[in-house]
Amino acid sequence: MSSKPVAPSLLDPAILLPAIKGAFVKLDPRQLVRNPVIFVTEVVAAVVTMFFIRDITTGTGSPLFSGQIAAWLWFTVLFATFAEAVAEGRGKAQADSLRRTKSELTARKLVSAEGRETQTIPATSLKVGDIVLVEAGELIPGDGEVVEGVASVNESAITGESAPVIRESGGDRSAVTGGTQVLSDWIKVRIAVAPGNTFVDRMIALIEGAQRQKTPNEIALSILLSGLTLIFLVAVVTLWGLAGYSGTVLSVTVLAALLVTLIPTTIGGLLSAIGIAGMDRLVRFNVIATSGRAVEAAGDVDTLLLDKTGTITFGNRMAADFMPVPGVTEAELADAALLASLADETPEGRSIAALATGEFGRQTPEVSLPATGKGEVVALAVGGGASSVGATRIDAVIPFAAETRLSGVDFGGRRLRKGAVDSILKFTGIRDENVPNEFRRAVDQVARTGGTPLAVADGPRLLGVIHLKDVVKPGIKERFAALRAMGIRTVMVTGDNPVTAAAIASEAGVDDFLAEATPEDKLAYIRREQQGGRLIAMCGDGTNDAPALAQADVGVAMQTGTQAAREAANMVDLDSSPTKLIEIVEIGKQLLMTRGSLTTFSIANDVAKYFAIIPALFITTYPALAALNVMGLASPQSAILSAVIFNALIIVALIPLALKGVKYRPVGAAALLRRNLFVYGLGGILLPFAGIKLVDLAVNALNLV
Amino acid sequence: MSIIGWLQISLLFIAVLIVIKPLGLYMARVFSGERNIFSPVLAPVENGLYLAAGVDPKKEQGWLAYTMSMLAFSLAGFASLYAILRLQAYLPMNPQGFAGMPSDLAFNTAVSFVTNTNWQNYGGETTLSHFSQMAGLTVHNFVSAATGIAIALAVTRAFARSNASTLGNFWVDLTRATLYVLLPIAVVMALAMVWTGLPQTFNADLTATTLEGAKQTISLGPVASQEAIKQLGTNGGGFFNVNAAHPFENPTAFSNYLNIFAMLSISAALVYTFGQMVGNRRQGWAFIAVTAILLIAGVAVIYWAEAQGNSILTAFGLDAAQGNMEGKEVRFGQAMTALYAAVTTGLSDGGVNGMHGSLTGLGGLVPMFLMQLGEVLPGGVGSGLYGMVVFAILAVFVAGLMVGRTPELLGKKIESREMKYAMFAVLILPVTILGFTAVSAMLPFAVASVGTAGPHGLSEILYAFTSAAGNNGSAFGGLTGNTPWYNTTLGLAMLLGRFAYAIPVMAIAGSIAVKTRVPASKGTFPTDTPLFVGLLVGIILILGGLQFFPALALGPIVEHFSMLAGQTF
Repeated sequence: MSSKPVAPSLLDPAILLPAIKGAFVKLDPRQLVRNPVIFVTEVVAAVVTMFFIRDITTGTGSPLFSGQIAAWLWFTVLFATFAEAVAEGRGKAQADSLRRTKSELTARKLVSAEGRETQTIPATSLKVGDIVLVEAGELIPGDGEVVEGVASVNESAITGESAPVIRESGGDRSAVTGGTQVLSDWIKVRIAVAPGNTFVDRMIALIEGAQRQKTPNEIALSILLSGLTLIFLVAVVTLWGLAGYSGTVLSVTVLAALLVTLIPTTIGGLLSAIGIAGMDRLVRFNVIATSGRAVEAAGDVDTLLLDKTGTITFGNRMAADFMPVPGVTEAELADAALLASLADETPEGRSIAALATGEFGRQTPEVSLPATGKGEVVALAVGGGASSVGATRIDAVIPFAAETRLSGVDFGGRRLRKGAVDSILKFTGIRDENVPNEFRRAVDQVARTGGTPLAVADGPRLLGVIHLKDVVKPGIKERFAALRAMGIRTVMVTGDNPVTAAAIASEAGVDDFLAEATPEDKLAYIRREQQGGRLIAMCGDGTNDAPALAQADVGVAMQTGTQAAREAANMVDLDSSPTKLIEIVEIGKQLLMTRGSLTTFSIANDVAKYFAIIPALFITTYPALAALNVMGLASPQSAILSAVIFNALIIVALIPLALKGVKYRPVGAAALLRRNLFVYGLGGILLPFAGIKLVDLAVNALNLV
Repeated sequence: MSIIGWLQISLLFIAVLIVIKPLGLYMARVFSGERNIFSPVLAPVENGLYLAAGVDPKKEQGWLAYTMSMLAFSLAGFASLYAILRLQAYLPMNPQGFAGMPSDLAFNTAVSFVTNTNWQNYGGETTLSHFSQMAGLTVHNFVSAATGIAIALAVTRAFARSNASTLGNFWVDLTRATLYVLLPIAVVMALAMVWTGLPQTFNADLTATTLEGAKQTISLGPVASQEAIKQLGTNGGGFFNVNAAHPFENPTAFSNYLNIFAMLSISAALVYTFGQMVGNRRQGWAFIAVTAILLIAGVAVIYWAEAQGNSILTAFGLDAAQGNMEGKEVRFGQAMTALYAAVTTGLSDGGVNGMHGSLTGLGGLVPMFLMQLGEVLPGGVGSGLYGMVVFAILAVFVAGLMVGRTPELLGKKIESREMKYAMFAVLILPVTILGFTAVSAMLPFAVASVGTAGPHGLSEILYAFTSAAGNNGSAFGGLTGNTPWYNTTLGLAMLLGRFAYAIPVMAIAGSIAVKTRVPASKGTFPTDTPLFVGLLVGIILILGGLQFFPALALGPIVEHFSMLAGQTF
């Protein structure tokens, strides 16, 4: 993940200042009630404030103490709301620029689908099924499908990618997005999504977190946190009665302090910030998820369904080797292949030239081809010998064509050709039974390893075989090994025959492959895996991918894909990069890990707080309990205040971690658990002992109690 | 502490360890409905019972039907037991001619035995007829234990099955647990106990004239038969008032061993059965390891605290080497009393062979704390297992996210539904224990029942409600529990501790069963490793025990530190 986009700094005033304001706005109990732990904290803070006011007006109790406790309880609530506000603030800027693009959209609605007569209406009054005309320089008013015309479109407003893309009717490039600009030509677009629900709208809502609903795991975690809050509420309330038995009367202030330090305020305060930050991370990777549920599911994915082309291999097959027949040197074959490919502009043809001049060290021929198709090879001499060619006039150039499936060049009486094996055999006129054994063996060998053999001939003479193969992207094997360590299986999906597929699968190190796959095969495969309880992620772009995308637990559609695919998927990748799936999984895992780590930390913190507060509460009744004051806190009041202050400050201290996320390493669950349990579990038990002690030293140095 | 003491303790754990696997495998066979060595004899009996009761053993129940059956059975059991206790004067086998129990005590006792608590606010030998002891209490010693096993089996099947809507048949599980597991072992155990010297007779009490010429009543009765199932079913309700400290209930060091062995073995083996039935024996061992760690730690603390003795008394010149022998039987000594105290409270047995109220501050803290942890070490037969599963669910939920996946236990996703019920279940103990204790501590007439001044008095109340809510049944002594207030509130605490816990657990089982079992991968949170054992120990201590820390601080902990400071109350 070297290209990781940089997150805006936490201390950026553009984010910080609105967040501080937002923190206060979020104190509204009607809003806060969604977060039970912090809501309870707010109620308790309000109650203690009342006691503070009572203390100050009646002169009873110690207003200095209750005032400080009340203040720090309010800070606890504010720090929690601040965390959420900061997390939201980071997406705000992006949302604002998006909103600008759509604010003044107008549409030119066609009066009739055939004609070009239009009426101009605001984009917001478009209905699904309306057809609009968009010409060069205009913004597309809404999401839809091109029904007529071809245009180049600048989608940088959404993707951040400045190179224009082609949109045309029919096929897999027909989807257009509202807010993008037509640069040339014109298109007619059938509106497919009602205004307010378009891609840009969803993106804005998502980034701002306005529509953020709790994800299933978040709900479950909230239940745990609410349950713990209830348990501690019971423990604290009953403590009043238990203390009464020994004649101790506990004040509401100290009980409130005990309650707030025990309930899981740390994770309660940071939970929604973690969720927003996870979505935000995804957005920075140029992926838009339609629901938080999908991000969570990404962390759970067991199987990745990856398209071979573009993900595992480069899009095209490339020449990998020259295999001459006996009597022909490699150099000779390479030169012949090089010359025969001069007029082959396909990626395969170019890869042959690249192999010959690169790995095989042949010289690049200097060619000047006049418009007639005839020209002159000026220099073509390397290493001398039979293959050397001087400056020669070219008699004919045969460009590659799909019908003939060969290309070549004629000069000085030589007729060099390269192409599909049967095409070349036909060209040479060699009959099947006369094909040399060595040649046949080479062809078989290439086919067996999943490659595509091409033959090279000089007139009637066979020179040898070119091994064309799918080249696996460098580094992808390591990537898959890392996924395997995480417990994720990778399945390659390809239209190739099983032999070819198996060869590439083993080279790329995928766990399984689906050869000669049709969209129905994909769908069936996903269903089968899901029945076994596995969660599947896949990406796709075509309309025929839509059912599988909808069926998959995590379906990622390419931004360049069709409207149908984008609707079916629960994420859209704006970069249209199929390898993005791997990053998405990592982001999902990171989100869950952060949540778990902070939950563990928060709960583990309670141990120290008991040791701070319990002796402080009862030291007057039972002086012997001073033995429990293992931190050696100076006085009962400073002990209680220190625990409350530590409890509030730890929320602020952990905001960066909540937003950045716990670092994910692909090392397998057992190793991850060991590490995180050590850091956040054991650390969570030990850190507060030191932290509360330090705060206590500060509290006493400043004479706060 | 002495090496001999530790050897005695280790020997018992080794003996239990040896039987865990064979007994666990046997129970797995029994509850899977497979043939076993008792089938030739007992299968006709079993089928006859189904025929008589009109139960189709092939027909399985969903979680709700299973739960309703369990509740209906318990309710019927309560009603019949209550009737027996109230009417014992008119029932046969009452050679001592005891009168019927008063209503509040009968309520308390009936609830106590139906919930497998066996809290005794009565003195058995001076209150109950042989009929009440045998047809009333002993019957429930069997079936309340079998009920616990049945619930545990439903939970086990929930994890073992995938996409299942049923969890087994309560009546079948109840019958098999009684017939194939408890009954045969109880017969052997009762005979062994008779051999060690326990009485087994229908005769009335003996009256003896002592050397000084005083008359002494020597209580007798069918002791051995009740004693065997008292331990096997982790009931703990003794025939005699002083329970297993009585020389007729627990006459020798060997019978003491037999007692502890009997209470531990079925509970521990049932955990192994869980592992076997869910197809992951390592999971069973992981739970057993958690149990062993906490239980041995408990034994060690009690043993150490008792061997240290009471510093205030040694200051008066008492031999420090003797440690604290108050409330202990000389024939057992500190090691065996410590072991018994930890095991009886780690389980929900509740039998005692010494007075827990006479333990030192720390020594008394441990039994109370072990009960507050939810009695999962290894807990009552069945109830301990499902309590452990609830903790495992909490553990994977809290820490499971740390591996970057949503939490799962044994391939079943833990989601909000399970969390809701799990939290409801774990809420029951603190609410019941702390709630009733706090209210009692504030009511003057409830405080009047306390036997000792100072923090020990609070410990007495706390212990009583802890024992009741945990369905343990052991007492701290000192507290006069046979009052309308305590009979009623302790009865309610027992009901809540049993059923308000078991119902959400059954709901969890129902929800877990329908889920698809996700195959494990390298990315799955491992729940059968030493790391998980450590985590689960931590979760049990922090989530299960921490909320009781303030209450304990005001009771046994302050007692301990006061003792060190030489302060008395």
